[in-house]
Amino acid sequence: MNKLWLIIQREYLTRVKKKTFILATLLTPIGIGLIAFVSGYMASSSTKAEKRILIVDNSKVLSQDAFSSKNITYTLSTSDLETAKGNYLSNGYDILVEVPKITNINDTKLTVEFYSEDKLSLVILEKIEHQLSKSIKNYKISQSGIDQTTLDNLKMDISLENAIKSGDGGSGDTSSRMSIVISSMLSYIMGFLMYIVIFVYGGMVMRSVMEEKINRIVEVMISSVKPFQLMLGKIMGVGLVGLTQLTIWIILIPIIMMVVGSIYGGDMQASGDTAEMLKQLEASSDKFSIDLLLLEIKSLNWLLIIPTFIIFFLGGYFIYASLFAAVGSAIGDDLGEGQQLMMPIIIPVILAFVMVPAVFNDPDGKIAVFGSMFPLFSPIIMPARLPFNPPIWQVLLSIVILIASVIFMAWMAGRIYRVGILMYGKKVTFKELWKWLFY
Amino acid sequence: MNILSLENVVKKYQKHTAVDHISFDVPKGSLFGLLGPNGAGKTSLIRIITTITMADSGTILFNGEPLNFNHPSDIGYMPEERGLYKKMKVAEQLMYLAQLKGMSKKEARQKLTDWLEKFGIFSWWDKKIEELSKGMQQKVQFIATVMHEPKLLILDEPFSGLDPINTNLIKDEIYELNKKGTSIIFSTHRMEQVEEICEQIVLINNGKKILEGKVTQIKEDYKKHIYSVEYSGVLPHLYDNGIYKIQSQENNQMLIKMEENQHSNMVLKSMIDAGVQIKAFNEILPSINDIFINEVGTSQE
Repeated sequence: MNKLWLIIQREYLTRVKKKTFILATLLTPIGIGLIAFVSGYMASSSTKAEKRILIVDNSKVLSQDAFSSKNITYTLSTSDLETAKGNYLSNGYDILVEVPKITNINDTKLTVEFYSEDKLSLVILEKIEHQLSKSIKNYKISQSGIDQTTLDNLKMDISLENAIKSGDGGSGDTSSRMSIVISSMLSYIMGFLMYIVIFVYGGMVMRSVMEEKINRIVEVMISSVKPFQLMLGKIMGVGLVGLTQLTIWIILIPIIMMVVGSIYGGDMQASGDTAEMLKQLEASSDKFSIDLLLLEIKSLNWLLIIPTFIIFFLGGYFIYASLFAAVGSAIGDDLGEGQQLMMPIIIPVILAFVMVPAVFNDPDGKIAVFGSMFPLFSPIIMPARLPFNPPIWQVLLSIVILIASVIFMAWMAGRIYRVGILMYGKKVTFKELWKWLFY
Repeated sequence: MNILSLENVVKKYQKHTAVDHISFDVPKGSLFGLLGPNGAGKTSLIRIITTITMADSGTILFNGEPLNFNHPSDIGYMPEERGLYKKMKVAEQLMYLAQLKGMSKKEARQKLTDWLEKFGIFSWWDKKIEELSKGMQQKVQFIATVMHEPKLLILDEPFSGLDPINTNLIKDEIYELNKKGTSIIFSTHRMEQVEEICEQIVLINNGKKILEGKVTQIKEDYKKHIYSVEYSGVLPHLYDNGIYKIQSQENNQMLIKMEENQHSNMVLKSMIDAGVQIKAFNEILPSINDIFINEVGTSQE
């Protein structure tokens, strides 16, 4: 036990003391902050850069006051197309739009031409299209003799709400659209985090095993400790490095984001694309507000999510790190040769990650239930299901399977590892690995 | 009393038998040579003794007890392929390895200080291993092997890659440790070193033991009764005198082979009687190198 502790200590300290580790740990939150800062800056500067649009209206159906938009000003031209074409730039307009005559009121398609020196972004084009179609639609409505109020009364906003209050949730929350959006986002974030953790820290374990083998230090080491102790100590040490890094990020990233947010005052989140998204949300649900968002985040079952996520985080890391260690011991000095040995590790991780969207679209569906039980998928799939309050028995069963798999994988990896680290200059096949298990 | 005692040790790898019913004893405090050509099974045997792998069958006694996982702290092993953590500092590295052998931090620090001072390399304390030359790394490796004061030291080609000065330095340390009671097993195929250092050897080939015993005894056993004689005067023209045969002769120096049941005194007598002055007379014993080549050759036939 004492030896294991020494190994864990060394594996942890040599990594944490490295300059590259300290830099990566500090630079990542700063980088994220920088990205937020730049995108915030661009969002706030793009609001200043207004587009001025001149419209030559041949249909004579548009009226000046029908236009309203935040970043775009529309002006109806008084001159004809040819003169407008000649001087729209010198008059300070960016785009010239020519609306043709509307010959048939029943036409549902209309091609509108525009003139511009610059290449226009899709967003701008869509905004202009949206404005024009709104104006022409209003014209068509009035031409058809439909009363505006009649039309308004035709609208019906449907909002589906779950009538069953969750009995054990305690707070009696209703599952609104908002909570589904938040749950899906959280689900995706947790799945993604697991995916990254497995590759980054699992890969770290593999490289470290290979390095010891290539350096030939391993023979000295295992004349003092058992190979299994060495492997376990390495996996645990690197796991602690991962936890340290994540903890620092979890603390630093919100702080940096808050600092960046305060630079742009309160309107950071209400600018650019975010604002557009929120507006759409607002349109689809009258009940939308920031307060509701916070309420929904609070109402998630964090008491279940956080401890369970940590269990799956550790379990998933352990399973995959064991596999990486086994492969690392078999590869030795030729990484290229090792590619095919890494496939059985990479494929399940990627498959599980690809399954995540299917899981939050149907959190209790077949894929989700299967994925959250199968131990190579469950470390990614179960965290992705957690925000949707999966049945407790499934969570518990999945944890039991996970723990059993951790033990099994560690055992199996240990068997391969103890043979692999002493094997040099031999191309290793799967058949060979299988034999090593039973040496 | 034996520090190590092997009996019928067998280790098989799939179809290949690396160690085939090998038995021998290493007496306490001895300088013991484990010899054999490449691929003879030396490393497999050493890995079994150091508990890196386990024998398929056979018994191994360490200091009278069946070999178990407590024994590695009494064994110091320097593999042929040296290895250290390249990025670690000398002191860190040695402290770590010593603690893994069961030393306390305090003890390890004390020993480390002693050894670094002894080798005059105390200034390396904070140097990274990768900053050192190969020979320097070798010294660190040696300290790592002996720091925990093992009862049994196993050195696989300990002098490879060392210059003559450092070879002597390490050799002296080995003698000193041996004087203090450490038993030492050398694994090597440098035969002149074996002859110089080892008191006792075991020779293995293809996983089997083919020769064992004290170096002096083995040489005695393999001698071919050949003597070198330096003389002045005229030799009697008795090429076939029933006492010896001349094998080569050149400038008053010759090699003679004794006939069976003859004694060197008879040779001397016959020469003295013939009025020949003898300046030097000594027996030529076979070198371990010759025995090695001879034995490995025959065992492969």
